[in-house]
Amino acid sequence: MSKYEAVIGLEVHVELKTKTKLFCGCSTEFGKEPNSQVCPVCLGLPGSTGVLNKKVVELATKAGLALNCEIGTYTWFDRKNYYYPDLPKGYQISQVFRPIAYNGYLDIDVNGQTKRIRITRAHIEEDPGKLAHSGGSITNSLASFVDYNRSGMPLIEIVSEPEIRSGEEAKAYLEKLKAILEYTGVSDVKMEQGSLRCDANVSVRPVGSTTLGTKTEIKNMNSFRAVQRAIEYEVERQIAVLEYGDKVVQETRGWDENRGITVSMRNKENPDYRCFMDHELTPIELTREWIEEVRATIPELPDSRRKRLIEEYGLPAYDAGIITSSLALAEFFDATLQKFPDAKTISNWMMSELLRLLNAGNMELHQAKVTPDGLASLLNLIKKGTISNKIGKEVFEIMFKEGKDPEQIVKEKGLSQISDAGQLSQVIAEVIANNPKSVADFKSGKEQAIGFLVGQVMKATKGQANPGVVNKMLREELTK
Amino acid sequence: MQLNRLSVHQLSELLKKNEISSEEITKDYLQHIDQVEDDIKAFVTVTGEDALAQARSVDEKRSRGEELSPLAGIPMAITDNICTKGIKTTCASQILYNFVPPYDATVTERLKGAGAVLLGKCNMDEFAMGSSTENSGFFNTRNPFDLARVPGGASGGAAAAVAAGEAAFTLGTDTDGAIRQPASFCGVIGLKPTYGYVSKTGLISHASSLDQIGPITRDITDLALVLNVICGYDSKDSTSVSVDVPDFKKNLVCDVKGLKIGLPKEYFETNLSPEVAAKIQEAVRKLEELGAVCEEVSLPHTEYAPAAHYIISSAEASSNLARYDGVRHGLRVEEEDVLSMFKKTRSQGFGDEVKRRIMLGTFVLSTANYEAYYVKALKVRNLVRQDFDQVFKKYDLLLTPTSPSTAFPLAEKVNTPLAMYQSHIYNIPVNLAGLPAMSLPFGMVQGLSVGLQLIARPFDEGTLLRVGYTLEQSTDQTRPEPALSR
Ligand SMILES: [Zn+2]
Repeated sequence: MSKYEAVIGLEVHVELKTKTKLFCGCSTEFGKEPNSQVCPVCLGLPGSTGVLNKKVVELATKAGLALNCEIGTYTWFDRKNYYYPDLPKGYQISQVFRPIAYNGYLDIDVNGQTKRIRITRAHIEEDPGKLAHSGGSITNSLASFVDYNRSGMPLIEIVSEPEIRSGEEAKAYLEKLKAILEYTGVSDVKMEQGSLRCDANVSVRPVGSTTLGTKTEIKNMNSFRAVQRAIEYEVERQIAVLEYGDKVVQETRGWDENRGITVSMRNKENPDYRCFMDHELTPIELTREWIEEVRATIPELPDSRRKRLIEEYGLPAYDAGIITSSLALAEFFDATLQKFPDAKTISNWMMSELLRLLNAGNMELHQAKVTPDGLASLLNLIKKGTISNKIGKEVFEIMFKEGKDPEQIVKEKGLSQISDAGQLSQVIAEVIANNPKSVADFKSGKEQAIGFLVGQVMKATKGQANPGVVNKMLREELTK
Repeated sequence: MQLNRLSVHQLSELLKKNEISSEEITKDYLQHIDQVEDDIKAFVTVTGEDALAQARSVDEKRSRGEELSPLAGIPMAITDNICTKGIKTTCASQILYNFVPPYDATVTERLKGAGAVLLGKCNMDEFAMGSSTENSGFFNTRNPFDLARVPGGASGGAAAAVAAGEAAFTLGTDTDGAIRQPASFCGVIGLKPTYGYVSKTGLISHASSLDQIGPITRDITDLALVLNVICGYDSKDSTSVSVDVPDFKKNLVCDVKGLKIGLPKEYFETNLSPEVAAKIQEAVRKLEELGAVCEEVSLPHTEYAPAAHYIISSAEASSNLARYDGVRHGLRVEEEDVLSMFKKTRSQGFGDEVKRRIMLGTFVLSTANYEAYYVKALKVRNLVRQDFDQVFKKYDLLLTPTSPSTAFPLAEKVNTPLAMYQSHIYNIPVNLAGLPAMSLPFGMVQGLSVGLQLIARPFDEGTLLRVGYTLEQSTDQTRPEPALSR
C-alpha cells in the first residue's frame, strides 16, 4: 500500500448539440473553412450585441438534471477578463457566480464497487477562437493564425469535487459522463472533434491527511485512456517529488502522448480574471414548471438501462455495463432483440465479435456497416443450422465491413452447411480409409478419437459440413 | 430664410408643401458646416456626398408621392460611438481611428429608414469618457456661445452641432449625463431615455449598464419626432425592453395643472452657481403659475452616487475596452511578440482619461478589492434607485439644474479629472437608476445658456415632453440662440 493518496478533480468541457452559437446565429458545424462561420457578435466587433440561444439553456438544464443537479431558477452570465489573441472581446462569457446547475453527482463502478463522485457545478460558457501555429507549436512558429469559427460555441463545463482517487476512477467517471450526455442528446461527445475535453487537477497527500497538497492541472489529453495514463503518471511523479524532499510546484502541465509523460507548460500564478456580471445580457429566468418539462424529456439513462438488461434478460453485469456504456450499443442490442429474441446470444456476439472489430479498427459503432437486422438474420441462420458458428463469424466480418445481408453472403460464397448424407458419405469413407490408427483407437474404446475424425471431415469440407451430422454418420459407420 | 435655424418640424412642413427640396436643405447645411466648422469643430467626419445622394433619393420618393416620415429629408448627425455602415466610427479614439463598421446601429438603421439624411459623425470625449470633449483623441470642440469655452461632454460635438446650426438634430449617448450636460452648455434639448427603451445594438459600449442613446434637438416637437423613430424593442439587443411606444407627438399639450413636481434639495445645495439656481427658481415659479405643485423632496443617497458611478462605469469600461488589442481591428502597433503588441497598441491608442478609468476599473474588479469597491458601489446603486422609487410614489416628476454651472472655459478642468467629473453630479443618479431625464434650456447667464433637468418615472418620457412643451410655449427662455451666424 502506498502511503500517499491522490486527490483528483476533473473539469470537463462539453460542446452542446445546437445548430447555432451561444449568442448569435452562426452555424456550429464542424470542420468548415476557417473564419467562415463568424459574425460581428462572435468576433466581438465594436457595437455588437448578443442574444442568448434558448436551446443552450434547455440542453444545459437537461444535462444538469441528468447529472442529479439542482437547477437555478435565476442565473446570469459573467465575464472572465484576460488577454489572449483567440479571445475576440478580451473576456470570456461564462457563469462564475451562479451556475445554471450545481450540487449533483455521478455513480461510477470500479472493481465491482459503486462510488459516488459529487459534481460541484455545471455552467454555460462560450468557447474562444482557436490558434493555428505555422511552425506546429507556439514556441517555434513565426506566425499564428486565428480561426474564430469556434468563437462563441456553446459549452457546458462540468466540474467534479476532488473525490476521484485514481486514473482508473477518472476514466470510469468520464465514460459514465460521456454515456449520460450521449443518452440525453446534449452533446455529440466526440473527443476527436473537441466536443468533449477534459482537464485534470491532481494532487497527492499522505494517507489520512485532510489538507490538500499542491495541485497541478493537466491539459491536452485526447482520449479517456490518455486521461488515465496522464493521471497515473502525474501521481507517481508527485509522489517521487515529495519522497525526494522537494515541493510540488503549482503549474499547468501538458500530456505528451508519445513519451507518456506530463511536461510543464507554464509556471505562473493563477490570473485574476476580475469576474463580474455581464450587463449586455439579460439573466436567465426559469420556472419550476419549465424545468420539470425538461426533466420529462430525459430518456432512460445508462444505470437504469443496465439494471434492466440484467434483471429482464439475465445478462451478466459486465456485459450489461459494456452494452449500456454507449447509447448506440444499447440501441443496437435492443433493435437486434426485436428480431432475434435471445438476449444472451446477442450479447455474446456484441461483446466478442462486434467490439473486437470496433476496437481493431479504432471505430465508433456508427462507422461500422453491420445493422441490428443483419445480426438478427445471421443468428437465425446459425440457429437453423444453415451455417456453423465458425462460418457465422466469417460472415459477420463481411457484414461489418460491407454491410451485406448474411443470406446473400452465404449464398454468394457457398458457405452453407452440408448436412446431406449423400454429399458427406464419400468424404467420411475417405477419412476412415486414410486414418486407420484413429479408427482402431476408437474401436478399442478411445472415445476422443472420434473428435479427430470429425475434425478431418470438417477440414476436408472447408468447415462447411454440419458437425452434428458428421459425428452421427461416423459413429454409424464405425460401429457397423 | 436661414434654413439651419429652423426646427425639424418646420423644415418638414416646407418639404411637404414642396417649397423646398431636401437637396437644397442639405446643401445649405453642408455650406454652413463649411463656414463654421473651423471654429466649432463639431464633426469627426462629414459625409457630404453621401448626404446629397440620400437627400436626392428622398426628393425622388416625395416626387413620386410616397408617404414619408416627418424626418424624411432632414439633415442629422450622429455621435461617433454609434455605428454607421461603411462610415468611420472612431469613438474619437486613436485606437479606432480607421474602424469602418460593416453594419449600422439599430438607431442608425431606423433613422435611415425614416429618410433622415446623415451629414456626418460628431466629435466626443474618447469612448464617451469626459465632460468637456477635451478628451477627444483628435481635437477639441468649442461652445457655439463662446468659442473659448467647452461644449460639455461627452456628446459635446452632437450638442454643439445642433446649437451651431450644423445639423437639424443629432444623436448622442449618455452614460453619466453625456447628453444632458452638453445640451445644457450649448442651449439645446437633450434627452436620455429610459434604460432599454432605445436599442443599443451598434453603440460602442462604454459602461453597458449605464449607457443610453438619446436625441439632441432644438425644440420639444423635434424631440418627439425623433423619439417616435428610435424608441422601441429590438430583438438583437438583450437589454431592449418590449413595451408599447406611444406617439410622442400626442403628448405635446400645454398642461401641467395638478402635476406634482419634486425639487430634490440635495441638488440645490453644494456647488450650485447662484445664477443658475436663480434661473431654475424662475422656472419653478413659472410652472407653479401654470398650475403645477412644486415641493422640496429628498434623495438622501445623492452624495454617494458619483463615487459609485465612477467605480461601476470604470469597472465595466475596463472590460468593454479590452477588445481593442490590435488583433482584429483598429490600431495595431507592430511588435516582436503578441503581448508586447497588445501593450504598445493600447498605450499608444488610448488617451489619459481612458487609461485612468481602465486602471481604476481593473483595480476595483480585482479579487482583492472586489468586495470593498465594486460590490459596495452596487449596493449604493440600489440605495439610489430606492430613493427615486420612494419619491416617485408621490411625485410625477423631479426638477433640478442640469449642471452646477454654465459652460466652463477650455482647459480649466483638464488637469483636475475629479472636478471635471463633478460637472455631471446632477445627472449621474439618473443613469444609476435607469430613468428618463431631459435637459431643457432655460434662459441665459452672462451670455451662456442654463439647463433645467426634468426626471421622470421609467418609460414616462411623455410627461417630460409635456412639461417641456408647456414651458416652451409659455416662456421665451427655451430657445437661446448663439450669436454665431454666417
Ligand atoms: Zn456569430
